[in-house]
Amino acid sequence: MATPLVVSEVSKSFTMHLRSGVKLPVVDNVNFSVAAGECVVLGGPSGVGKSSILKMLYGNYSVNEGQILITHGDRTVDIASADPRMVLALRRDVIGYVSQFLRTVPRVAAVDVVAEPLIAQRVSQEAALARARELLAQLNLPERLWSLPPATFSGGEQQRVNIARGFITSHPVLLLDEPTASLDAANRAVVIDLIRDKKEEGAALLGIFHDAEVRAAVADRTIDVSEFRAVGEAA
Amino acid sequence: MSDQPLLRVNAVTKYYGGRIGCEEVSFSLWPGEVLAVVGESGSGKTTLLNCISTRLPPTSGTVEYRMRDGQMRDLYRMGEAERRLLMRTDWGFVHQNPADGLRMTVSAGANVGERLMAVGDRHYGKIRAAAGDWLGRVEIDVDRIDDQPRDFSGGMRQRLQIARNLVTGPRLVFMDEPTGGLDVSVQARLLDLVRSLVADLGLSAIVVTHDLAVARLLSHRMLVMKDGHVIEHGLTDRVLDDPQEPYTQLLVSSILQV
Repeated sequence: MATPLVVSEVSKSFTMHLRSGVKLPVVDNVNFSVAAGECVVLGGPSGVGKSSILKMLYGNYSVNEGQILITHGDRTVDIASADPRMVLALRRDVIGYVSQFLRTVPRVAAVDVVAEPLIAQRVSQEAALARARELLAQLNLPERLWSLPPATFSGGEQQRVNIARGFITSHPVLLLDEPTASLDAANRAVVIDLIRDKKEEGAALLGIFHDAEVRAAVADRTIDVSEFRAVGEAA
Repeated sequence: MSDQPLLRVNAVTKYYGGRIGCEEVSFSLWPGEVLAVVGESGSGKTTLLNCISTRLPPTSGTVEYRMRDGQMRDLYRMGEAERRLLMRTDWGFVHQNPADGLRMTVSAGANVGERLMAVGDRHYGKIRAAAGDWLGRVEIDVDRIDDQPRDFSGGMRQRLQIARNLVTGPRLVFMDEPTGGLDVSVQARLLDLVRSLVADLGLSAIVVTHDLAVARLLSHRMLVMKDGHVIEHGLTDRVLDDPQEPYTQLLVSSILQV
């Protein structure tokens, strides 16, 4: 079976045109891969480029150099050079992403926010909503909140909606950006279980976890992102 | 997603005398895709929208559209009658000012029903039922069906304009600043409505807006225009999260955070 995610010689910097074109190096020569059924943790201090790596893998950030190879069916696609439609197709079917913060859409109920990725994969609305309710219940989100838009939820409640949305599909690659940051111990344990289930299903997981307990429970290995520190022009 | 584009815009240029409206704009739009065209006033985005939607003949360049029979046709080489039929049936155009897209002194029901009659529907009962159904889908009480849009609020008028455009089951909808003159809470409702209708109906849409939040919410891809040129394009969240061009960085950094 092909390795689901291979990152090869990736470099990234930001050019700040509003600050007279100053170049902010982020990471340089990033190389790693994630196998099916493996959970790899990106480690290192804040500001070292962990989230930037996840955003490049998801197509939110452009990539200056290198390749990000994703197995898509029987093909391999380089997301660094893929056109927008391909990136959207990969997001629908291959790469899931649990961001740190939920981007809420006005008036859309929590349960619909969670079900949406399954519906996008043409699962029936009924089945998708049923699965969404299961996940929200598993994550202990009070049932009275399910039909409300998450904009007014607390940080922890929003994060659980976000986690449910990220875990509802069976994407072969799942990116996790501090999914447990604002959760209590009981819900952290639920997330640890969800991650273990994903590993057993054979998903390749790549995450950032500041919580040592969660990291110890799920990580197969840790990549120290400071090894990829860019030695470009200083700001 | 189909591999065949629905619309192909090739080097569209419009000069107003010696002044550039838009220059050398090319892109394709695929079925089910929502494209946002952003930029400040005077950047050429409305000129571009009008050139594509055959409301304003370009100085040069071509616009091709895939007809329902699968044939790609050059819009400016088809007859006037055929083009008008296309605009009435397969396309919608949502204006910023609902008064430009509605008939203000005929009833809401007639505003919606008129587009059906234009495509040959003659059965009064069916037309009225379809109009009532569409009023419901855009969240207008059916008991307002006989009222005139001049008695409606701005948000209701805009929703009525959307119903009027979607009743014929178009495949492509053009929107020019659809939330332009509306209060924020009314905007949110309209955006959510447009978002779900576009997704449910599998519509393609080109949305011109100066509001990057609208672009983020509605679109898959984005074109950024400045001085008549497309200066940056790509996946919407890539353009907004990692803008490359100086002007795009300025636009993104100028958004007020709430």
